[in-house]
Amino acid sequence: MISTRRTLLAALAAVGTLVPLTACGGGSGSSDSSDGAPSGTYTFWDPYPQLDASSAWGKLVTSCGTKAGVKLKRTPYDTTDLGNKALLAAQQGNAPDVMLVDNPVVSTLVEAGILNKTGDLGLDTKSIQKNIIGAGTIDGDAYGVPIGANTLALYYNKKVLSAAHVDPASVKDWDSLTAALQKVKAAGKKGITFSAINTEEGSFQFLPWFWGAGGDLTQLDSAKGVAALTLWQQWVDKGYAPKDVLQNTQTTAWQEFATGDYAFGENGTWQLGNADKAGFDYGIINIPGQKGGSAPVPTGGEFVTVPVQEDTARYDVSKKIVTCLTSDENLLPTDTTLMYVAPTSAVQAEQVKQNPKLKPWVDAVAAARGRTSGGLGTKYPTISQPMWTAVQAALSGSKSPQDALAAAQSSAQKG
Amino acid sequence: MTIARVDRPRRAPTAAGRGGADAPSLPRRYRRRSRLTALAFVTPLLAYLAAFYLYPLYRNLDLSLRDYTVRSFVAGDAPFTGWDNVQKVLDDPTFGPAMRHTMVFTFVSIAFQYAIGLALAVFFNRHFRLSTVLRALFLIPWLLPLIVSASTWSWMFNSESGVVNYFLHFFGADPVGWLTSPDWALTSVIVANIWIGIPFNLVILYSGLQNIPAELYEAAALDGAGAWQQFRRITFPLLRPVSAITLLLGLVYTLKVFDLIWIMTKGGPGDASSTLATWSYQLGFGTLLPKFGPGAAVGNILILIALVFGLAYIRVQRRQET
Repeated sequence: MISTRRTLLAALAAVGTLVPLTACGGGSGSSDSSDGAPSGTYTFWDPYPQLDASSAWGKLVTSCGTKAGVKLKRTPYDTTDLGNKALLAAQQGNAPDVMLVDNPVVSTLVEAGILNKTGDLGLDTKSIQKNIIGAGTIDGDAYGVPIGANTLALYYNKKVLSAAHVDPASVKDWDSLTAALQKVKAAGKKGITFSAINTEEGSFQFLPWFWGAGGDLTQLDSAKGVAALTLWQQWVDKGYAPKDVLQNTQTTAWQEFATGDYAFGENGTWQLGNADKAGFDYGIINIPGQKGGSAPVPTGGEFVTVPVQEDTARYDVSKKIVTCLTSDENLLPTDTTLMYVAPTSAVQAEQVKQNPKLKPWVDAVAAARGRTSGGLGTKYPTISQPMWTAVQAALSGSKSPQDALAAAQSSAQKG
Repeated sequence: MTIARVDRPRRAPTAAGRGGADAPSLPRRYRRRSRLTALAFVTPLLAYLAAFYLYPLYRNLDLSLRDYTVRSFVAGDAPFTGWDNVQKVLDDPTFGPAMRHTMVFTFVSIAFQYAIGLALAVFFNRHFRLSTVLRALFLIPWLLPLIVSASTWSWMFNSESGVVNYFLHFFGADPVGWLTSPDWALTSVIVANIWIGIPFNLVILYSGLQNIPAELYEAAALDGAGAWQQFRRITFPLLRPVSAITLLLGLVYTLKVFDLIWIMTKGGPGDASSTLATWSYQLGFGTLLPKFGPGAAVGNILILIALVFGLAYIRVQRRQET
């Protein structure tokens, strides 16, 4: 009897040490949410933990609450965390009143049935650019209002390029870009850096090349997709791009570019502020398509959404808050702080007037596509994950681009 | 240290103490009261176990047996699908490599952690000058938050600017893609994990060494046993119970190592360093569309493996006692 009891105890102990790993699924949604009654306190989640309450954004959130006649309690989460937090909170029945989420997450949350249509709430989204709101549109209905958009382009280091006798204007397609990288390497500098990490960031950075070759996300292993991956793989093989792109987030890729050794860096609008601090002359060109022209780039940026509440009387105030946050006069300072391109042409024009450097970005955003647009919706995540795995497999040399993408396609089809 | 003591061979039979409580001479009322008191003492523990061990375990099992989509996760009406998730996981091309990596990661880590930990424990048992200070220094990997040590290793192993490649360059060797080459990524995370696990082995084995009576060594020395013979004939056999528990705990800790690998490689490049633990996280939380069911199924497989080793340990121990 003693021994059975000890067996049980030891078994429990062995299992117990493993539980913290698996327990995450059960999750305890954050407890700070409101319960039904219009208590005068509304909750608001956003993915900007870097902006505290004293920032312009923090103050705007507070003032939009005050204007709507309530106290708005803001909780910032890490971007990667926010989607799962929202799911757990919705499961517990305490989703926030208003939530700002990364655009590809919108379709997941809609799939979960926890977001209200903007049309049902009576929000006006007519002035928003079609391709920007596309990422939050499912079956013709928008489920959020974009707060701003960002996207990718190529930053270049003027000094490195001129030392290698490369004219940035000559970079018009993949061949001329590769030729430029070759010259830069021959001149003893480093070519290009980007992020090919095995997370969504890696897919985000690969998409302009994938789309620039004419690739289609529903057919990853087409000749066009293979061409895009082969381009990246050859850059790494020939030493035009460093091996550690496999580990680079967009932030560390930027840090590499900011060392001043690299000719090109693929990065986003949000680095403009850091670019001015980098201490060297830089320029920006749009990412070229395979045979010339600008490649379609993916849109980044967040949507203001209104999660479903049991107490539908709360929507009136939530609507006022959303309208306030996305009004033209508030979008301008917000998008300036976040270094985003505004979603409406009126505010975009104002932004370019204030800062002419934003012009190429406004053009890039106009040509951008939502990752979940075109009816992909929640299929996108099941394509994106095999895609970044394929990128990693090809760049690390464990598979050829063809084999890697073929494996990715078969796993994407399984869902 | 308490762990070490629990597992020392039982001394006197405990029956004497128990017999006293069960003796029929005690008044009935007293017995009932003492039972109630005992229950009162046990209740908090039971409540704790139920809330923090049993319920999560149950939830995890439930997750793995149902077809959860994001919608049914929120609505809570996921249909029961039995072993579908487990089947899906077993058929996945990631399963084979993940299982293999988990085993290699666990056993190689433990072998080195134990060997190095034991060598250091024997070394520090000699009480030379500064031995306490040095021993304390060896504990540093244990004290550092994992995010700090993992990030530091990741930076040292960086293929472009890492200090390891810098040294290799210094000696004229070619740079190695420690974390970016599929041939090296698993080795690199194992090296970091060994470094982190040594203090745990050192501390437990050292405390086990303290329990070995010094007379044994004196007697052995008088009989003419050398240092190696002393280690082989006295230290190692007497350390066996402590070693067994160290290895078992090490095994369970190492099986579930997630954060270290996630911070250093995220299971990459490709899936070159993905283990069951990282894969489980990847499925459940790593993409924009969580797959809770298969993620939980992988977690359950991990628990089963740990359970098997736990039972094997108990078996071995029981055989030692009889």
